[in-house]
Amino acid sequence: MSLVERSHGIAMHRINAMVLRYWYLLVSSWPRMLELVYWPALQIITWGFLQNYISQNAGFFAQAGGTLIGAVILWDILFRGQLGLSISFLEEMWARNLGNLMMSPLKPIEFLISLMIMSLIRLAIGVIPMVILAMFFKFNLFALGLPLIAFFCNLIFTSWSLGIFVSGLVLRNGLGAESIVWTLMFGLMPLACVYYPVSVLPTWLQYVAWALPPTYVFEGMRALLFDHTFRADLMLTALAINVVLFIVSFAIFLGLLNSARRAGTLISGGE
Amino acid sequence: MTIEDTKSGHAATVDRNAAAAIDVAHLVKFYKTNCAVDDISFKIARGSITGLLGGNGAGKTTTIAMIMGLTLPTSGKVSVLGCAMPAQSAEVLGRMNFESPYVDMPMRLTVRQNLTVFGKLYAVSDLKGRIAQLAEDLDLTDFLDRASGKLSAGQKTRVALAKALINAPELLLLDEPTASLDPDTADWIRRHIETYRRSNNATILLASHNMLEVERLCDRVIIMKKGRIEDDDSPEQILLRYNRTTLEEVFLDVARGRDREQAP
Repeated sequence: MSLVERSHGIAMHRINAMVLRYWYLLVSSWPRMLELVYWPALQIITWGFLQNYISQNAGFFAQAGGTLIGAVILWDILFRGQLGLSISFLEEMWARNLGNLMMSPLKPIEFLISLMIMSLIRLAIGVIPMVILAMFFKFNLFALGLPLIAFFCNLIFTSWSLGIFVSGLVLRNGLGAESIVWTLMFGLMPLACVYYPVSVLPTWLQYVAWALPPTYVFEGMRALLFDHTFRADLMLTALAINVVLFIVSFAIFLGLLNSARRAGTLISGGE
Repeated sequence: MTIEDTKSGHAATVDRNAAAAIDVAHLVKFYKTNCAVDDISFKIARGSITGLLGGNGAGKTTTIAMIMGLTLPTSGKVSVLGCAMPAQSAEVLGRMNFESPYVDMPMRLTVRQNLTVFGKLYAVSDLKGRIAQLAEDLDLTDFLDRASGKLSAGQKTRVALAKALINAPELLLLDEPTASLDPDTADWIRRHIETYRRSNNATILLASHNMLEVERLCDRVIIMKKGRIEDDDSPEQILLRYNRTTLEEVFLDVARGRDREQAP
C-alpha cells in the first residue's frame, strides 16, 4: 500500500509545506525577526522627524501632512515585498536545499505561491510596527481608506514580479547574482517617483516612469493627500501593467529554470 | 529471467522481464563543449540494486541528475517507472527520492521539522507515525528535536536517508551514501539500505567510490569512464572477466586504462 497520496494540479498541501518550512526558519532565528522590524522602524523614525521639521518650516508640506511618511511606508511595502520573496528563495540557495525541492513533487508555481505568501507574512511583521510608529508622527495610514487597498495590491504585485525575476536570475547564475536581490529595487526608486511628482523628471524620462506600476501608486497617493481625490484611472492602468509584468516575470523564471536544468546547476547551486 | 537476491539471501527478487524501473536510451550530455555523458544506454530492473561506478568526472552524478530530471539531457531519453523524464516528472517524482552529498537538509530546522516539511511535500499519510517509524529504524529518536546543522556527519547522513525514505519510494537514487562516514556508521547505513530494498522490493541506483559497498550491496555494476559505459554486469561476472578478486582492482584497471586482456 502506498504511503503517499497522489495529487495533480496545484496542491495546497505542498504550498503549506513550503510556508511551514519558511515559518520554522523565521521563528528559529531572532536576528531574522529583528531584521524584519529594525530597518522599517528606523526609516519611519528618521523620515517622521524630517517631516515634522519640514512641515513647521514650509507651507507646501504643511498643506499635505504625511506625504513623506506615506511615501516611505508605501515604498517599504514595495521594497520589503520583493525582499520577502527573494530572501525566502535565497534561503534555499544558502541551505543547498534546492536540489531536494526540485526533485520533490513541488511544482514551480507552488514554490512561487509559497514565496508570495511568505512575502506577505514577512511584510506584515515589518510594516505593522512601522504603521504604528507612524501614528506618533500624526500619520494614520488607514486614514487613506479604501484606496489603500488599491495602492497595496498594485505595489505587492510589482514587488512579486521583480522578486520572481531576480529569483530566476539567482537560480540560473548562482549566488554570484545575489547582490541583484538587494539592489534591484533601488534602481527603480528614482523612476517610480516615490518622493516627488513625475512632472519633475525630464519629458523623455517621464515615458519610462509611466511604464512602471509604482509610479501610478505614488502619483495616486499624492493626488489623495493633496487634492483629496482617488484616481481610479491610475490604479487600473497600474493593475494592467502589473498583470503583464507578472506574466512576463513568471515566464522568465520558467525559462531560467529550464536554462539551469540545461546547465546542470540545480544540483550544485554554488556561485 | 529471475535473479534471486543472493546478496542478502532473502526473498526479494529481481525480474528483468518486468518493465524497467529506469530506462536510459542513448543519453548524451554536453556542458558547453565538454561531453559529460556520451551516448549511454541501460535498463535497470525493478527491485534491483545497481551500482554506478567511476572516477571523478566519469559522469555518474550527471547521469543520476538526468534520471531525476534535475538536469536536461542534450539528447537521448530517460524513462522512470514508466514515465518519460522530465515531461512526465509530475507523475513520478512522488514515487522516487534521493540522497546526495551535493544537497543538504536546511540546517536551522530541527530533524523533526525537516522530516515534517518533506513529508508534507510528498503528501505522506500518517506523517507523525511515519516519522516515528523512521526515527526508530534509523536511530534518530534522541535528536529529533535538535537542529540539523548541529548533528555529526553520521547523524546527518542518517537524517538525509530518513528524508529520502519519507515517502517509501519505489525508486531510490543514492549518490555516495556513505561518503566521509566512519566504517561502523557506513556499515549501519548499508544494512539499512539492504533492509529497505528487501522489505519494499524497491529499486536502488547507487553511485559510489566504495568498492566494498558496491560488492556487498549491488546485483549489478555499471562502470563509467569519461562519460561512457566501460562495463556492465554482475559483480561476479566483472571480477571473472578482469581476472580480479576485488572490484577495487577492477576499478584501478579501468581507471588506469588496463583493459580486460591486459589484466592478469
